[in-house]
Amino acid sequence: MSGEFRIAGKGRLTPARQARFSFDGKYYTALEGDTIASALLAHGVHLMGRSFKYHRPRGVVTAGPEEPNALMNVARDAARQQPNVRASVQEVFEGMKVTSQNRFPSLSFDVGGINNLLSPFFAAGFYYKTFMWPKAAWKHIYEPVIREAAGLGVAPKEADPDHYANRYAHCDVLVIGGGLAGISAALAAGRAGAEVILVDEQPELGGAAHYDSGLTVDGQPAYEWAQAAGARLAARKNVKVLTRTTAFGYYAHNFVALAERVTDHLSIPERAAPRERLWQVRAKKVIIASGAIERHMVFDGNDRPGVMMASAARAYLNHFGVAIGSNVGVFTAHDSAYEAAFDLANAGVKIAGIVDVRERPGEAVMAEAARLGIEVMTGQSVVTTGGKLRVNSMSVIRKAGGTQRKIAVDALITCAGWTPSVHMFSQSRGKLRFDAENQRFLPDVYVQECVSVGACNGTDDVSALVAEAFSAGENAARAAGATGDVRTAPEASTAYRWAGGMIGTPEGAGPEDGGKAFIDFQNDVCAKDIRLAVREGMASIEHIKRFTTNGMASDQGKLSNMHGLAIAAEALGKGIPEVGLTTFRAPYTPVTFGTILSHSRGALFDPTRKTPIHAREEALGAVFEDVGNWKRAWFYPKPGEDMHQAVNRECKTVRTSAGIFDASTLGKIEVVGPDAAAFLNLMYTNAWDNLKPGRCRYGIMLREDGYVYDDGVVGRMADDRFHVTTTTGGAPRVMNHMEDYLQTEFPHLKVWLTSTTEQWATIAVQGPKARDIIAPFVEGLDLSNEAFPHMSVAECKVCGVPARLFRMTFAGELGFEVNVPADFGADVWDALHAATEAVGGCAYGTETMHVLRAEKGYIIVGQDTDGTLTPDDATVGWAVSRKKTDFVGIRGLMRPDLTKSGRKQLVGLKTRDPKVVLEEGAQIVADPNQPKPMTMLGHVTSSYWSENLGSSIAMAVVVDGRSRIGQTLYVPMEKETIAVEVTDTVFYDKEGSRINA
Amino acid sequence: MKKYSAFAVVREALRGHKGWDKQWVSPEPRNAYDVIIVGGGGHGLGAAYYLAKEHGITNIAVIEKGWLGGGNTGRNTTIIRSNYLYEESMDIFEHSLKLWEGLSQDLNYNVMYSPRGVMMLSHNIHDMQSFKRHINANRLHGIDNEWLTPEQAKAYCPPLDISATARYPLNGAALQRRGGTARHDAVAWGYARAASDRGVHVIQNCEVTGIRRGPDGHVTGVDTTRGFIGAKKIGVSASGHNTQLMAMADVRVPLVSNPLQALVSEPLKPIFPCVVMSNTVHAYISQSDKGELVIGAGTDQFVSYSQTGGIQIIEHTLDAICELFPMFRRVKMMRQWGGITDNTPDRSPIQSKTPVPGLYVNCGWGTGGFKATPGSAHLFAHLIARDEPHKLGAGLTLNRYYTGRLIDEAAAAAVAH
Amino acid sequence: MLLIHCPYCQEDRSELEFRAAGEAHIARPENIASISDEAFAEYFFMRDNPKGYIWERWRHFNGCGRFFNAVRHTVSDKFVVTYKAGEPKRSLESLGLGTTNAGGAK
Repeated sequence: MSGEFRIAGKGRLTPARQARFSFDGKYYTALEGDTIASALLAHGVHLMGRSFKYHRPRGVVTAGPEEPNALMNVARDAARQQPNVRASVQEVFEGMKVTSQNRFPSLSFDVGGINNLLSPFFAAGFYYKTFMWPKAAWKHIYEPVIREAAGLGVAPKEADPDHYANRYAHCDVLVIGGGLAGISAALAAGRAGAEVILVDEQPELGGAAHYDSGLTVDGQPAYEWAQAAGARLAARKNVKVLTRTTAFGYYAHNFVALAERVTDHLSIPERAAPRERLWQVRAKKVIIASGAIERHMVFDGNDRPGVMMASAARAYLNHFGVAIGSNVGVFTAHDSAYEAAFDLANAGVKIAGIVDVRERPGEAVMAEAARLGIEVMTGQSVVTTGGKLRVNSMSVIRKAGGTQRKIAVDALITCAGWTPSVHMFSQSRGKLRFDAENQRFLPDVYVQECVSVGACNGTDDVSALVAEAFSAGENAARAAGATGDVRTAPEASTAYRWAGGMIGTPEGAGPEDGGKAFIDFQNDVCAKDIRLAVREGMASIEHIKRFTTNGMASDQGKLSNMHGLAIAAEALGKGIPEVGLTTFRAPYTPVTFGTILSHSRGALFDPTRKTPIHAREEALGAVFEDVGNWKRAWFYPKPGEDMHQAVNRECKTVRTSAGIFDASTLGKIEVVGPDAAAFLNLMYTNAWDNLKPGRCRYGIMLREDGYVYDDGVVGRMADDRFHVTTTTGGAPRVMNHMEDYLQTEFPHLKVWLTSTTEQWATIAVQGPKARDIIAPFVEGLDLSNEAFPHMSVAECKVCGVPARLFRMTFAGELGFEVNVPADFGADVWDALHAATEAVGGCAYGTETMHVLRAEKGYIIVGQDTDGTLTPDDATVGWAVSRKKTDFVGIRGLMRPDLTKSGRKQLVGLKTRDPKVVLEEGAQIVADPNQPKPMTMLGHVTSSYWSENLGSSIAMAVVVDGRSRIGQTLYVPMEKETIAVEVTDTVFYDKEGSRINA
Repeated sequence: MKKYSAFAVVREALRGHKGWDKQWVSPEPRNAYDVIIVGGGGHGLGAAYYLAKEHGITNIAVIEKGWLGGGNTGRNTTIIRSNYLYEESMDIFEHSLKLWEGLSQDLNYNVMYSPRGVMMLSHNIHDMQSFKRHINANRLHGIDNEWLTPEQAKAYCPPLDISATARYPLNGAALQRRGGTARHDAVAWGYARAASDRGVHVIQNCEVTGIRRGPDGHVTGVDTTRGFIGAKKIGVSASGHNTQLMAMADVRVPLVSNPLQALVSEPLKPIFPCVVMSNTVHAYISQSDKGELVIGAGTDQFVSYSQTGGIQIIEHTLDAICELFPMFRRVKMMRQWGGITDNTPDRSPIQSKTPVPGLYVNCGWGTGGFKATPGSAHLFAHLIARDEPHKLGAGLTLNRYYTGRLIDEAAAAAVAH
Repeated sequence: MLLIHCPYCQEDRSELEFRAAGEAHIARPENIASISDEAFAEYFFMRDNPKGYIWERWRHFNGCGRFFNAVRHTVSDKFVVTYKAGEPKRSLESLGLGTTNAGGAK
């Protein structure tokens, strides 16, 4: 039922627990716990993909995350699908729909296969040498074809309905890798009482124990021991065991990121469960127990379906109960492959023969091979294979150029040795050293608080690695202050002691030999590509990598890096350490975008800030605009009104009766202390000493280089207390700017700053009837013009609530700003709004606010200024004290380029045709007929239709603007050129009489 | 140098590719050169090429401490555009863009310059004002840049989400059609090959440890890990390491070296047609000719030469990308890396003589150096050869920080800072 | 993600709580109104930007809000020490780090 290659009694899956899935439209039965690869292999299916460049038929090569070939599209439903899933990792769930990639029309007949025939033309780097003629053809023909041929999987088309979770965790000891070494380390640290997190990328702990049937620990088969030890660990309060979790990134200061696969293996995931979970762990000590990765043999035709890693064949048999073939060949340089042959033979699978490049393999394995009747060909190499969609033969020679012996096989397992997995160590920025005797890189100099144990540290002997790991676990725990008894370390043993290994090409795949000997399967990089790169002058391993793309596929060179390095070194005539190793980069295996961003999506992407009056504005039908994080009422359209109609009505209403406006988003800072005025003197250009309590003043703040940074009205509440306001967008940075100077430049000043932006609701009532509107609600204050003139501030009660009342205007009318504690804002608004409407006034939004202030020439910092204008440029030079000897910006203002003529100055513009409204951002020239590039004099910073004036108005910065008042300039737009007259910035009520009503 | 062409590819294919030459020569250094360029990235190699090609100066060494193109040239997100704001900036980036348009032919090396458009997204009124200012300035300067409505933006880039329910819905976009990408390694290799062919020595694995000056203050050469090499003129162009190099000649520069990170997804079949950038949500994205989505982040905010950065930057960047393109949430990140950007206070570069006679500096390209590669190289060659800046580069002086005439491109730099 | 020790809170907190605040010990010149253009540019623009040990400022923005100083190596990103604003610059010698800051500030 679950496949003709499933061997009864073998493997650890339960025959009764089944799942059905489809692969390219055909249905298969799998067992619970199968990966897609093991399930397909059980049914004798080896053809699983087509390679990237040559579209060669490919099968699965590994039983783990280092898989380069068997990448598939996996779908749960139309929206829950993803490309480039490794068949050797993805567990089968009921109803899973699997499709192969990068082939048309089908896996077995792919038109892309023509690339394989044309492969001599597609050598490494060929695209740099051609496609340049004719010039236009690159853009219109060559590149589109290349792009169509590129890529492997197809991106999902729908938004992802799944959600992802994110956790921060802290621990004493993080153990990366749950094989024998990792479990031993975790046992010691856990028993000692440290806070431990143990992670492993597989569904179960055990690491090599999944496939290595010869391993025993404390007298038990290693796999069983691992499950039991894991359960005991998980039961401890101080230990967290995470499986299906990959440590993918090692960042500064022992910060390690993990990706946990939560539901992708489940047939019916819990609705509330996240699909994946990101763990961001800060560990006091990290123990890296990441093991070693088997590498393949390099020879012509080593990529046919059915050719795979020896340990993968063992895993498929011993864990999944699947035989990868019925007549299996072995090509190896290492003893470990022999055990794969023994396991297969003992399961009843015929072994066609073991080809060993070494003259003298290990005695023990040779003896067992003989006992099992397996032919061993020592000192020989496989030089090519046969078969199209499945390997069907291997050809063996004794030495290059010798006679070939062709042996029939239906699967071929290879092993060139084991590469210590130093990825996480390298990511921690540690330095590697080259162990020449064993031809491998090992951790050498540590830069962070971590240690490597086991195979990834070069400790291969199981007994030694368990002891090493246990000791490291204890040390790490003790360093974190744990004092518990660790008891004794486990004892491990194994059937055979392995030796051997090679990197690079064996006999028959050398520089003089032809064919396609693959190093990097996914990117179709062959040995000869490396040699070509060297021939073309690439001498650095990084150049070779980039030129050939070796190691740049989704498997990140786990199988190919060492081979590429060895072949390059041989071609260069240099030693391996001299050629160097390319940098290991996060993530160790690819990580879903959604996992990394977790909850930050939709409404949670960025906080939304609303004022206390927001709901009232919504109820009035306000349309909102984004100002930074804030939502601000932009305009209040009555039924049937578009934006222009609404704004025109609001503008007229404010000036004829009154308007009410929510100004709560403006920044507010309470500045208090005996040195408050002295501090403000330093922070602003104005002189504050002569501002009496009860009065307020418009302040200009500069950066030290003299440019306008922010502005706002400042009210003096008492000798030692100021109510400072800032622009909406500038509030946080003004506060930061002030704190910076106070804490680090002027710490001797006795003054304290408190941000009160969110503590005060601010309601502006502006217009001829403003006083009439608020008077009935104000207690404790004489509002007459004599008692409370323009630019006054006082404490009083409004609607019975303690308030600070400012007499000030940004509209150029009789105006007040009512500040009440935020919790009362909505109710005070209700009262004042009703009163406003009662006299024919209305609520107005930010667009009207902009128009009204522009009619009066009031600047908006950040719109009319952009960080490059001085106060004088911006028409507020009058705010700069001539008497003060110091303030932030005083020296910057004196620099030559800030004092010379020819600077851009803020002026007004009136269009010759008053109905034409300029575009904000439009550029201004003197001669519209000049050729391009034109000399531009400046640009329009603010532009509106003014219903009150019956014409357009605009503000602009123009070179020598003030001396051009009265001149005609031009604004060349795409379809027309608009003539404008330069004016001063005040269009309405130049005498300012309305303000003083 | 054997010419590259389809014919050559076919010829070599039929004989096992045995006839390809080395692309560049890495000889033992001479005792002295007329010009030494410190920094073997795109700008430095390009400057050597143009010195040889246009100024007849071939006795040049480009000295690179590692492998050529291994600095920011090999780490950027390959975006090319010229839609900057100020005259000085428009001049140099447009000059560069024009050179990009013929670079493959000029170098006889396919740098895979791909003008599929650069689209900058506008999310609020402030963005719109800023982009309109750019668009109008670009148009009057002769640079293509046009405003699109959200619907037009989506038609140009179908994966874009323009729904009104996004946290920061689009209100439009600015598109430069001539902008696009190129293959970064190819640019370095192409310039190295073309320069090498004209006699330039490309010296790799050679680190400059000192700049020597004579009694008159004029440069006399550089100390390196392979000994002293004399030079009449020295041009420094070493991105993140410019501060250290200039310090060797006691020249102060206003640079801060910050990490800039980027990442690629697994290769996908074509899905993303152009380059898209957003200042408001802080991210930029394109799809390479290999199929990978190439995604850029903002700089980490502290000084670091580690070529790495914090994962929180990656998180924020992917937040932004998936907000703009929700269909990518299930796509996987394949690789992330970082470079070292040298940033100036006004986000505009410096290409200048220095107070030290014979010493020229090309620095401060910050997060925007790749697009400028041919233009910067061309102008730097002029500056070195003539001892005066080309008129297009005249505003980029070091002196501007003393007089206050900064070129404030904070918005155009388009990278979170 | 860096782990930073706030000398006021006396705790190690993640980088997310802090804002980088530029190089440290750059005093605003006395009588700034009378310094030369060169001196102003040196103060406001020129920076050591060392490849080696840097003296820099951080602000515990999402914490106590205080600015403080730090000595950190800009290649390994390891912090050597953090200390309060206003305290004198810690010399390499006093930190047991020798006397030359290779690639770093003078």
